[in-house]
Amino acid sequence: MLRYSFRRLLGAIPTLLILMTLAFFMMRMAPGGPFDTEKSLPPEIQANLDKKYHLDEPLIQQYGRYLLDVVRGDFGPSFQYKDYSVNELIATGFPVSLRLGLSAIAIALVVGVGLGTIAALRQNSSADYTVMTLAMTGISIPNFVLAPILILVFAVYLGWLPAGGWNDGAFKNTILPIIGLALPQIAYISRLMRGSMIEVLRSNPIRTARAKGLPERVVILRHALKPALLPVVSFLGPATAAVITGSVVIEQIFGIPGLGRYFVQGALNRDYTLVMGVVVFYGILIILFNFIVDLVYAMLDPKVRYS
Amino acid sequence: MPWIPKTADMPLLEVNNLRTSFHTNDGEVYAVNDLSFSVEKGETLGVVGESGSGKSQLVLSIINLLASNGQLQGSIRFQGQELVGMKPKEINRIRGNRIGMIFQDPMTCLNGYLTVARQMTEVLMHHQGLDYASAKKCSIEMLDAVHIPDAKNRIDRYPHEFSGGMRQRVMIAMALLCQPDLLIADEPSTALDVTVQAQIIQLMNELQQEFGMSIIMITHDLGVIAGISDNVMVMYGGRICEQAPVFELFDNPRHPYTLGLLQSVPRLDTAGSAKLHSIPGNPPNLLRLPPGCAFVDRCQKGIPVCDQKQPRLREISPEHRVACHLEELP
Repeated sequence: MLRYSFRRLLGAIPTLLILMTLAFFMMRMAPGGPFDTEKSLPPEIQANLDKKYHLDEPLIQQYGRYLLDVVRGDFGPSFQYKDYSVNELIATGFPVSLRLGLSAIAIALVVGVGLGTIAALRQNSSADYTVMTLAMTGISIPNFVLAPILILVFAVYLGWLPAGGWNDGAFKNTILPIIGLALPQIAYISRLMRGSMIEVLRSNPIRTARAKGLPERVVILRHALKPALLPVVSFLGPATAAVITGSVVIEQIFGIPGLGRYFVQGALNRDYTLVMGVVVFYGILIILFNFIVDLVYAMLDPKVRYS
Repeated sequence: MPWIPKTADMPLLEVNNLRTSFHTNDGEVYAVNDLSFSVEKGETLGVVGESGSGKSQLVLSIINLLASNGQLQGSIRFQGQELVGMKPKEINRIRGNRIGMIFQDPMTCLNGYLTVARQMTEVLMHHQGLDYASAKKCSIEMLDAVHIPDAKNRIDRYPHEFSGGMRQRVMIAMALLCQPDLLIADEPSTALDVTVQAQIIQLMNELQQEFGMSIIMITHDLGVIAGISDNVMVMYGGRICEQAPVFELFDNPRHPYTLGLLQSVPRLDTAGSAKLHSIPGNPPNLLRLPPGCAFVDRCQKGIPVCDQKQPRLREISPEHRVACHLEELP
């Protein structure tokens, strides 16, 4: 098990290297640079800046320098947020996004699995159609529509919750963003869960369990839940990585100082190091969560064992 | 094979005018049509028929495990209790407890996500209220009884760590945990190697002597039937076409379909070059059963009336029932 984990993490290094290389050169290929403004800078200042950030070196040398920095765990200084390093920006933004993201995923998992199971058990009933219609709606409404509606209803009309702001992470301020993040995930998970549960309920082991005279509750919870959860677990890996790194739209609308906004701002500002930093960070999280998915698979399914 | 005479008291299982149909987009599919038979205590009833003859749906009907679009009509009395229309809670007290069930494919019928111990003990804990430790002890004893070597250690393994034959033994042990009065086996040996098949059939014989339960054995293998049954019921198109004690059926088959089945068995004592007999044609479409005898299209002895009228199941000698118009000829 330990050896398997070690091998898997070692195997992630080439993936990260390819990711970094692609991101590095694509970013540099994009027209414009981090210090371009409406009025062009005097050439001396431009040269000084280029020298300070090593932009005057040949590209391949910059690439080598960047790789060495990353190996040391240093994503470099931000080009746009002066006086901040990319490490610092991630360190302040990520905990915020992580807290919102994890809460949203946890809620989505419980509610989605519950709703999907209910829909599967009452297949083609009105409860099933209700859940599936809601799920379809949840998937098709984009979050830049959903979030303002939430604000309008719960903050403006009802006045129960603040319309935005972080307020040092007060619980009240996190509720609406978490709901905004969780609803689309609930929709996906409940649809996945319904499909796999229906399939499992028709399978031979379930017929055997019923033939043993076990009550329906035991048949569902003990015999059907584990196999039915597998597709949801696969979905959760990348979904968790995506949600905990923050949603640009949700963080923008609710005014939350998370990681999400750096993705867009970094790219628009040609903030090379910041973009590279969040891309590599996101890549590491994706790899990490896919690895966790595999471990959970092994826990759920005894046929999958790693040696 | 001891011949068990019918006793005066109530049969263990009594099925009357059973109809099982499935509602599909193409119309009603009649899998079991107006079937009546009974199983005595300690009797082994063999049910033969080809795929699609309704034999599996018959046994699923008995313990009410039909697919959700299935419908039951008629009466199934088990130990005097009516099973048709019984509430799920009540029938769950009979399933796995008084009626054990073994399915065809041991590779897929056990739950691969739970240990054998979990799957066995839950039966005893649920039906007999045992605690885990004593349920496990009983389960190990039962695995010993079905000759699983090293049962004490292997019970904690998962099904995929057992071979096909061993898994079927686990299934059998699981079905027998509560010492049921009736064991229903749906082609228990079909998915297994020939040598393992023989072992499983022998094991079932042995267990029946030990526990004295009745068995309904579904199969399309006449060799299996000969090896285990007291009585045989031949099914075709969801109906009984012939029913007789096993020796009577093999010695004196009356229905042309039974005859065809018997001739289709490869034999060692016929000339080596003889071609194996087969029944031409296909089983009837259960969506559109003909108004007359279901076998008429494939029957070589058909007479005009076969197309028009369904043959009645008649007793031609004690315990021997046949549904064929030829039997009604003077």
